[in-house]
Amino acid sequence: MPSDIPFAFVRKEQLPQLPPPAREQGAVKWIRENLFSGPVNSLLTVLSVMAIYYLVMAVWPWLFNGIWHTQSLRECQDILQGRTGACFSVLTQRWYQLLYGFSYPGDQYWRPNLAFLLLGAAAAPVMFTELPRKMLLFTAVYPFIAFYLIWGGTIWSPIFALSGFVAGYFVYARFVAQSFAGAVGGAILAAIVVWTLGGYITNVIAPVEPVLQAIPSRDLGGFMLNFMLGVTCVSLALPLGIVLALGRQSTLPFIKLICVVFIEFIRGVPLITLLFVANVMLSYFFPPNSTVDLFLRVVIMITMFAAAYIAEVIRGGLAALPRGQYEAADSLGLDYPQAMRLIILPQALKISIPGIVNVAVGLFKDTTLVSVISMFDLVGMIRGPILAQQEWNGVYWELFLFASVLFFIVCYSISQYSQWLERKLATDRQ
Amino acid sequence: MAEAAQMKILDKVAITIEGMNKWYGTFHVLRDINLTVYRGERIVICGPSGSGKSTLIRCINALEEHQKGRITVDGTLLSSDLKNIDKIRSEVGMCFQHFNLFPHLTILENCTLAPIWVRKIPKKEAEETAMHFLEKVKIPDQANKYPGQLSGGQQQRVAIARSLCMRPRIMLFDEPTSALDPEMIKEVLDTMIELAEEGMTMLCVTHEMGFARQVAHRVIFMDVGQIVEQNEPEAFFNTPQNPRTQLFLSQILGH
Repeated sequence: MPSDIPFAFVRKEQLPQLPPPAREQGAVKWIRENLFSGPVNSLLTVLSVMAIYYLVMAVWPWLFNGIWHTQSLRECQDILQGRTGACFSVLTQRWYQLLYGFSYPGDQYWRPNLAFLLLGAAAAPVMFTELPRKMLLFTAVYPFIAFYLIWGGTIWSPIFALSGFVAGYFVYARFVAQSFAGAVGGAILAAIVVWTLGGYITNVIAPVEPVLQAIPSRDLGGFMLNFMLGVTCVSLALPLGIVLALGRQSTLPFIKLICVVFIEFIRGVPLITLLFVANVMLSYFFPPNSTVDLFLRVVIMITMFAAAYIAEVIRGGLAALPRGQYEAADSLGLDYPQAMRLIILPQALKISIPGIVNVAVGLFKDTTLVSVISMFDLVGMIRGPILAQQEWNGVYWELFLFASVLFFIVCYSISQYSQWLERKLATDRQ
Repeated sequence: MAEAAQMKILDKVAITIEGMNKWYGTFHVLRDINLTVYRGERIVICGPSGSGKSTLIRCINALEEHQKGRITVDGTLLSSDLKNIDKIRSEVGMCFQHFNLFPHLTILENCTLAPIWVRKIPKKEAEETAMHFLEKVKIPDQANKYPGQLSGGQQQRVAIARSLCMRPRIMLFDEPTSALDPEMIKEVLDTMIELAEEGMTMLCVTHEMGFARQVAHRVIFMDVGQIVEQNEPEAFFNTPQNPRTQLFLSQILGH
């Protein structure tokens, strides 16, 4: 008989589910647990609320007494009569200069605007894999469209540039089955041939009066310049960073050495030094008489800088993958490019997303450093042409707040997108 | 006796290993291994940890490089020639202790990836083959889940299906049940037994002695990088000759 044993027990019926006590649910519970869970925490809550209150009270009048439509700082001061208030007129008066720089022709603003809108269409299939893959074709063509829109001039330059890539692609696709290295070499050769021929042809057939007025890089400025540098350099630095990270893992000693030296050298040098090199010295590395555009030189430097950092981030992602993933890919007979593209990189890049975004956001903000080599980006515009003028001398807070807001919007969007991407790719956790 | 009669039929050679040696640095992990595996033969390799048994089967599909001796798989000599290595790897399937499924791909994608990219089979056909083998390992309903959502036993069965999708002629198993809970070991072993009954050439590194008795044609015992003893299962378990084998068997069968 089980009942003879004092601890013997057999459950006869299932207990029903009951709601928790009233004290333990809703807003009351949340406030008690999160705001006033003890004397110290209650004190901290009160202090934080006070700090927020004073901050808001200090900034509120400045923001909402703001003057939007005057011709100079003096007029703002006359209207305010000593009261606290911002002089936002500088933003409305110099709006286009802040966005496009002071020498981009005013009747051509539609061109960068259109390029900006098209960027959305070009980036969409890369950012959202649910979209039809055919859209990537537009993404591939977009850089050439954007180049033509922003710089204008003869349409043959971007067309021959694109033709070079297309020729390279076809040569690669034709020979990749025989030999990977041969195909890559042939592709580069084909592209160079097309570019060289294209250069001669362009010189001959380019019309005197192009459809879109040519605008030199010197005339680009404002936030547009920051945005162009940011987008271009991130999109170039990511693939270069992947190549460097894989190169650093290579078993071929010379490839490994080149990658290690490149990464360590670039990481050891301040970006501002590289920018000065781009401005003054980089032309020594190009063939004599060739004039490489300043914008391109800056892009090269920022890209190399960001690529070195991205390479190290991705190396961390590669190291985090278990050895078994490589072995499983090998044991199924996948070759190196297949194993990397299908198995290793998708996982390594997923792990690296936070680090890559960190670099991308940092790079985007670092584009303001070009103001020190006298390019008139947003910060360059503010410090130079705007603040130096008598009308607006002294409007620091308003201008730099505006710059901060623009950068914050972009950087916060990047951060939100990356978090969404991480959640979407989280397949290894349930 | 039926077993012996079957052995006679198995006269076609699948793998030959002659005088194979391997070193990790200066450490001699595999010492003068000679082994001939016949087509359809099922071999269980056991031995204490560090005896080189995993290394041995990993040399067969070149996951590990050997420094001396010859390995021939299906008539193809295993050398540093990448073409030969890829050929052998596409003929030899392998299951790992930790499954090594690709966590970023669904079960179905795990199974179709190699057939599509290595064998260049159309996607639709590869998916049909994958579903066929997933049914065979009894988890077709999990096809669209990710590996992280499956139990260990289910993952290992997917790993077996993934290998089978390449239609290998030889299967290598590297301690396939060592990372599993006792309840799940049986479902994996049942799958392996089914595979064995269909005549697959199998080399299994395992400590599942029941499995060895039931399906193996031959049991190999390894210690310190050498083949110490090999025999058919009955004789191996009932009358081991080498004292090292006797000690090992008394330890793993003792409780």
